[in-house]
Amino acid sequence: MPAEGLLAASWLLIALPLAGAAVLLLGGRRTDRWGHLLGTATVVAAFVLAVACTVQLAGLDQRSADVELFTFIRSGELDVTAGLLYDPLSAIFALLITGVGSLIHVYSIGYMAHDPARRRFFAYLNLFVAAMLLLVLGNSFVALYVGWEGVGLASYLLIAFWYTRPAAATAAKKAFIMNRVGDVGLAIAIFVMFAQLGTTSYAGVFGSVGTLAGGTITAIGLLLLLGACGKSGQFPLQAWLPDAMEGPTPVSALIHAATMVTAGVYLIARSAPIYDLAPTARAVVLAIGAGTLLIGAIAGCAYDDIKKVLAYSTVSQIGYMFLAVGLGPAGYVAGLAHLLAHGFFKAGLFLGAGSVMHAMNDSVDMRRFGALWKKLPVTFATFGLGYLALIGFPFLSGYFTKDAIIEAALDRGDVWGWVLGGVAVLGAGLTAFYMTRLMLMTFFGRARWEDGVHPHEAPTVMTAPMVVLAVGSVGAGALLVSVFPLSGWLEPVFGEPAEAAHVVAPAVIGLVVTVVMLLGVLAAWLFVGRREVPVTAPVRVSPVTRAARNALYADTVNESLFMRPGQWLTRALVWLDNRGVDGAVNGLAAGLGGTSSRLARTQTGFVRSYAMGMLGGAVLVAGALLAVTAG
Amino acid sequence: MIEAPDLSYAALAPLLFVLGAACVGVLVEAFVPRDARQPVQVALALVGTVGALVTTLLLSGTHETTAGGALAVDGPALFLQATIAGLGALSILLFAERGLDPARSAFVASAAVPAGSPRDRELLTATRVQTEVYPLASFAIGGMMLFVAANDLLVMFVALEVLSLPLYLICGLARRRRLLSQEAAVKYFLLGAFASAFFLYGLALVYGATGSIRLRDIREAGLDGGGDTLLVLGLGLLIVGLLFKASVAPFHTWTPDVYQGAPTPVTAFMAACTKVAAFGAILRLLYVAFGTAEWTWRPLVYAVAIVSMVVGAVLGLTQTDLKRMLAYSSVAHAGFLLTGVLGLGAGGEGSGLAGTMIYLLVYGLTTIGVFAVLTLVRDGDGEASHLSQWAGLAARSPLTAAVMTLFLLALAGIPLTAGFTGKFAVFRAAIEQGAWPLVVVALLASAVAAFFYLRVIVLMYFSEPVADGPTVGVPGVPTTVVLAITATATVALGVLPGAVLDLAGQAARFVG
Repeated sequence: MPAEGLLAASWLLIALPLAGAAVLLLGGRRTDRWGHLLGTATVVAAFVLAVACTVQLAGLDQRSADVELFTFIRSGELDVTAGLLYDPLSAIFALLITGVGSLIHVYSIGYMAHDPARRRFFAYLNLFVAAMLLLVLGNSFVALYVGWEGVGLASYLLIAFWYTRPAAATAAKKAFIMNRVGDVGLAIAIFVMFAQLGTTSYAGVFGSVGTLAGGTITAIGLLLLLGACGKSGQFPLQAWLPDAMEGPTPVSALIHAATMVTAGVYLIARSAPIYDLAPTARAVVLAIGAGTLLIGAIAGCAYDDIKKVLAYSTVSQIGYMFLAVGLGPAGYVAGLAHLLAHGFFKAGLFLGAGSVMHAMNDSVDMRRFGALWKKLPVTFATFGLGYLALIGFPFLSGYFTKDAIIEAALDRGDVWGWVLGGVAVLGAGLTAFYMTRLMLMTFFGRARWEDGVHPHEAPTVMTAPMVVLAVGSVGAGALLVSVFPLSGWLEPVFGEPAEAAHVVAPAVIGLVVTVVMLLGVLAAWLFVGRREVPVTAPVRVSPVTRAARNALYADTVNESLFMRPGQWLTRALVWLDNRGVDGAVNGLAAGLGGTSSRLARTQTGFVRSYAMGMLGGAVLVAGALLAVTAG
Repeated sequence: MIEAPDLSYAALAPLLFVLGAACVGVLVEAFVPRDARQPVQVALALVGTVGALVTTLLLSGTHETTAGGALAVDGPALFLQATIAGLGALSILLFAERGLDPARSAFVASAAVPAGSPRDRELLTATRVQTEVYPLASFAIGGMMLFVAANDLLVMFVALEVLSLPLYLICGLARRRRLLSQEAAVKYFLLGAFASAFFLYGLALVYGATGSIRLRDIREAGLDGGGDTLLVLGLGLLIVGLLFKASVAPFHTWTPDVYQGAPTPVTAFMAACTKVAAFGAILRLLYVAFGTAEWTWRPLVYAVAIVSMVVGAVLGLTQTDLKRMLAYSSVAHAGFLLTGVLGLGAGGEGSGLAGTMIYLLVYGLTTIGVFAVLTLVRDGDGEASHLSQWAGLAARSPLTAAVMTLFLLALAGIPLTAGFTGKFAVFRAAIEQGAWPLVVVALLASAVAAFFYLRVIVLMYFSEPVADGPTVGVPGVPTTVVLAITATATVALGVLPGAVLDLAGQAARFVG
């Protein structure tokens, strides 16, 4: 139904941060002094507006509001109206983006205080928030695509924020290019929708998708999935995400943990009516989710770079979410609950990591940390709570949301349910292992600091957001599952949750998962906590460790499967271009030039030959006319 | 007993304005002291041309014949007369420029003095000017305006001579490189006389075949499928005479030599206005007198268009002199214009007429602009028209280079310039009449021609400046005005062509 009241102004959600970005980018140095404050203010204002909109939405009968804005593209059959859709699904994303976004903006004021380009940083962050809100609030796949590309751009700009570092520039390019691979899938999916259905709006597509042939729906589902894999760092496009940690830590927290990388989950959840009709595509979602969950968790065990461990953890946790949304109606709510909870604790963990780096002269090598809990009490406390939430410690966020996913998997009731459930439980154990390893290496044990490092707690402007996120990490799960159930809130989008017959009682699952988690913690203590941590990584390690250190050779696979053949292809094309195309073009040019020189010889400068030429022309003209009339 | 025909003076006002100014100009030469002649003549010529422009605009919507049916005052005539008058006024402004040549004019001090004689060397630095150029140009403009309105072959012939004779003269009036200029004038005169003879013979044959010289009577006597050899031969010879004036290959051979030799303001005038006049006459002859027998001339125009486009584009490639290059460009553009002429359509309903008229307007404006820029870049011996002298010009004179770039892009037909609007209009007209193979050739020729336009741009922007390069003069008020008007129009007609397209569309209906 058409939006009224505040909801009609929900376009301001996007316009505010966009205006902030515009002012900061166009204003130049003049805005240096207050730019970060403006950037933060726009996002906080957007958050307040999002809260108000959501409250109003909760009071509506339909719980869905359309906001018509303007005609975006009208070309022949294609008629795209720019409009927004504020419904429960977009509402939770809007709250997450603006809420976590506000906290991270505040944190960045402190984190980037000494960076000369702080204004530019806030401009890009604002740009990101605007694009991300467009992505989740748009009412059509085209609007989503515009936002999708917008966040890709912002991500590129922010990963390469310190563009003078070759590593950052390379990582940004890698992220951008790998995302292109996914984006092509999304774009083609939209083309297919338009070609087959003549519309790209959610309402139009979902209303008529049932009329399509099964193969077409599956194709659309798989193409959408390709897009989702690119943006969310899922197998086989996961390799860019850990490299993206070259960006400033608040970026890692906001974009590469809490919001942008979950866009793939949003896309698949939003496209639920398509996947409902494409069981094959949905099965592929499941497989990718389960596979990525393990790949991320295994790689996370081997890295010594604190941000990379967290990044692989993100890859793994998004794998959980894909697994959940791949389960269909039973899993949507569980997946989205995990997404929200993850948004809190992973953002908190990244901000904590940023605080640790802040204290350790921007070092990320955990082998040179240790014994920081005394020096950084607030960071330790908030990071610790985030850690417990992530590994699923009973009654913290992760416990509720991860268990819900495992339950939903087992509730399938078939062999695959057991396999997927088993993978998810195994993943929980691995998660406990690598996160405990991270905690032990960073906060406990002997201090292995480099010379001249004097750890100190971060300023309040940084610790305050960490505290807020820590509170969220603790409470969000319980809140979303029991107190204020997400399943009820999302009912208008996904329908009434079916009361599944539990294959295994939830209490049993909770117990098993907790035991596995504790085993992981114990293993970490046995392997890492008990012994001295060497300051350089051991070289003689088992093949398993070596594989994990290389992220299961994801880059190697990518290089040999895509990059090398791509290079061969471009080389072949360059050769063809030089020899074939250029040869033809140059030959043509030489031919024309030669003809020109020869023709120019007729231009003798003598009037007599000019007159002769005219006479010849006249004879030809007269002859031709006579021939036409006679014939 | 011959009765004097009725004359509608109101409908003839544009012609009377410009020809009257020319006659008064002759008197000025006789009676006004030499020092005062230049400003008086310029003012007079401008009054004549601008007056003619204003009166044609006031007459818009008129649709009649006058002078006993010998003259048509209809949409195409008025549109093209206004174009000629406007472009003529801009040319007069270029003639009047006093600030660029050290001797204060592009025209010779005394044309009658033999080139290279001691007296000639004396006069080289004198600031005296042969002010007869203004009445001569006015007569030529008057002849052109009569040419496009002639509804009668005899009037058309008279107009042809009225426009040609003054042109032959003023081609030979360059102050610098006088021998080259005089050679150009003689060549133009000899070949022009030859072409006029073709036209006159064609006229005689047509009269013999139909017993009339009125275009309408010729149409009614008509080619009724039987194949009247006399009439067809007459048509062929008339076309030859007109194609010569329009510098369509293979009747273009005079063009490069004359364009190069004539004083640059005169080249601008010829290139712009003569082209408009010649195509006006071609359109009227083919559409009014032979419009019902399109099948006779269509294959011919088709073939000549291809020859002209290809010859112009290919020969332009190897030119090293800018004025010669623009001459071949003019030959190629004549070919593009002929594609528009093919858009007559059944019953004359095609958009060919409107398209061709638009093309003539934009081509005229751009051409005057490009030659105006050419007058700015000079070395000790007059204009520096050799390509190599333009290397690195952008570094020294960015504004000149930018304006030149604009005009060259327009000539190449790049979108958002007037040239694109014109090309689009004629190509569309041709495609609507099924002449798509011709349009394919035209596009290929455009691509080839784009090479030599872009080469100048590349040379200006991406080459090292030559050591003793030319100087870029600061234009006086007249040239500045011309550059401002032509550059603005080139952009405006490229970005917002709607109004002029509508105007041409409304004007595209022949009387008779």
